[in-house]
Amino acid sequence: MEVQELTYLFVGLSFAVYIGIAIWSRAESTNDFYVAGKGVHPVANGMATAADWMSAASFLSMAGLIAFLGKDGSVYLMGWTGGYVLLALFLAPYLRKFGKFTVPDFIGERYYSSFARKVAVLCLIFISFTYIAGQMRGVGIVFSRFLEVDINTGVVIGMGIVFFYAVLGGMKGITYTQVAQYCVLIFAYLVPAIFISILMTGNPVPQLGFGSTLVDSPVYLLDKLDQVTVDLGFNEYTQNSKSVIDIFCITAALMFGTAGLPHVIVRFFTVPTVADARKSAGYALIFIALLYTTAPAVSAFARMNLIDSIQDKEYSSAPSWFKNWEEIGLIAWKDKNLDGAIRYSSGDAVKGRPVYDTERGPSGERIVLNSPNSDNENEVYIDRDIIVLANPEIAELPGWVIALVAAGGLAAALSTAAGLLLVISSSISHDLLKKTYMPKITERQELFFARVSAAVAIAIAGLFGIYPPAFVAQVVAFAFGLAAATFFPVLFMGIFSKRLNKEGAIAGMLVGLIFTATYIIFFKFLYVDLNTSENWLMSISPEGIGFIGMILNFVVAILVSSATKPPPQEVLDMVEMIRQPE
Amino acid sequence: MNKELERNKSYWRANLKIVSWLMVVWFFCSFGFGIIFSDTLDQYRVGGFKLGFWFAQQGSIYIFIVLVFVYVHLMNKLDRKYAKIEEKD
Repeated sequence: MEVQELTYLFVGLSFAVYIGIAIWSRAESTNDFYVAGKGVHPVANGMATAADWMSAASFLSMAGLIAFLGKDGSVYLMGWTGGYVLLALFLAPYLRKFGKFTVPDFIGERYYSSFARKVAVLCLIFISFTYIAGQMRGVGIVFSRFLEVDINTGVVIGMGIVFFYAVLGGMKGITYTQVAQYCVLIFAYLVPAIFISILMTGNPVPQLGFGSTLVDSPVYLLDKLDQVTVDLGFNEYTQNSKSVIDIFCITAALMFGTAGLPHVIVRFFTVPTVADARKSAGYALIFIALLYTTAPAVSAFARMNLIDSIQDKEYSSAPSWFKNWEEIGLIAWKDKNLDGAIRYSSGDAVKGRPVYDTERGPSGERIVLNSPNSDNENEVYIDRDIIVLANPEIAELPGWVIALVAAGGLAAALSTAAGLLLVISSSISHDLLKKTYMPKITERQELFFARVSAAVAIAIAGLFGIYPPAFVAQVVAFAFGLAAATFFPVLFMGIFSKRLNKEGAIAGMLVGLIFTATYIIFFKFLYVDLNTSENWLMSISPEGIGFIGMILNFVVAILVSSATKPPPQEVLDMVEMIRQPE
Repeated sequence: MNKELERNKSYWRANLKIVSWLMVVWFFCSFGFGIIFSDTLDQYRVGGFKLGFWFAQQGSIYIFIVLVFVYVHLMNKLDRKYAKIEEKD
């Protein structure tokens, strides 16, 4: 069978499984819809958490990013796994003991304030929609490249599937679909990695393979990669190029941000006991680490293969993947020295994202209209998001592996989108309607509103996919920075401090929010030209500023609390209650 | 009532002690070995890996997993201990 037929087959089969699960696990009550009836086994919850967490960014983009960043890319690996230690030790067991439905729920009750609840809902909606926009781009890329349907059609199909199981099954449907999606995505990630590891190093374990010697050569893969990257004018692969303080802050912002992400936290509300919540965080981390320890190996293999397969090749004899990705505009080649051969080195080949002419160039390439950058010799533009998808083709793996990766990418994007949609809809139906504006509605009405808001949220997310906002890449820093600077401190201190009161929490959240948002908006949107390390505060980039925002949040919250009156007795009793196991 | 309060307090103190030690390890293995001392550790090698690079891209993640399971184990032990004390009281 052709790759495209196989892809239809794999994607079709996996979608059929998701729909089957949705029908089997319909939600009957708000308890089912918000927290899956609190009956999810810790291992199943661990898998669901892993799928919920590992998005299109983890599956499709991360290895590509690391391939180009080298050691600097470690911030994602440590940041997105280290946060689970914080989650397990500081939040998951206690929030499970608290035993309600949403993250704003905890903030509203712990800080006895409906204003605090509303601020939390606002932050939650902003963070979650930011994230969803990224998932939709992932769905679009997979559909347009592998199924050769229009991106818009692809997004609509994806939305239809999510609509079906999220609206019907709520958290219960999402949980069991995510378990299936985890299995699909991890299989799809590991199979090509193992293949490539064997091909390049002879070692079937990618985690060991990228520290091994190359097949037919006594040279270690990473040493070869260091040498090649330096020769081509890039940074040495295993050396940092960012400053230590910036790497420190970015890692910290990603870690504390991970621990503060509402759609991840809420997964721990679904297990039966506090002990299960702890255990479940451990399982989740194992399932995540399986992908996260493989990713840097994939990165190193891909970088090496990429350079090997295109460097100094005539365009006419360039590999087919190069031309396929060029067709959909994610690769471009500008023959600066007019010799017909591909020259790949450091620097941007052209100014800005490539814009193509309708005509073909002398070697048959798509003509790029952008003016060339004359300060370097690089002739190739490669979108980093394609590395994972292109990797099996670059390594010339069989067609079914390529088809599998497409199904895996879709599983990663859809599972995360569903989790995000759920926290958005429950924060609207539960926190805004039931707890704030319409306290008299019955459970059945609340469930109805939860379904309606899920449907509306899906429609908005679909629009993001069809009309992708240009700011998607820039706002990822936003989601984590804001989660770190707003949620983490008030959740943490809500449990570990009895002194923190309403005034302190609200002041802390607002200071964290305003400081972080201002800094990011200033450098990422208003004065993009100034976004260089000389202008940054203590040379901390906008990606890492959430960590400073978080420290400010802590300081302000503590100072304001100590100057105002302590929380009332029933709140102190509640804190005492959540600190004790059952 | 007083006894219960006393018990809750000492349970919480024991919990904080466990968590603090684990956080020290957490910090050293990620921010310490993976970032601050990473370049220094790079002069040592494990197979094809420079040690600092290995901590940044592999080692820290393995240690995170171990930390969470050590936490699960210690907390379950603590819970059992206090459940027994509660029965006795």
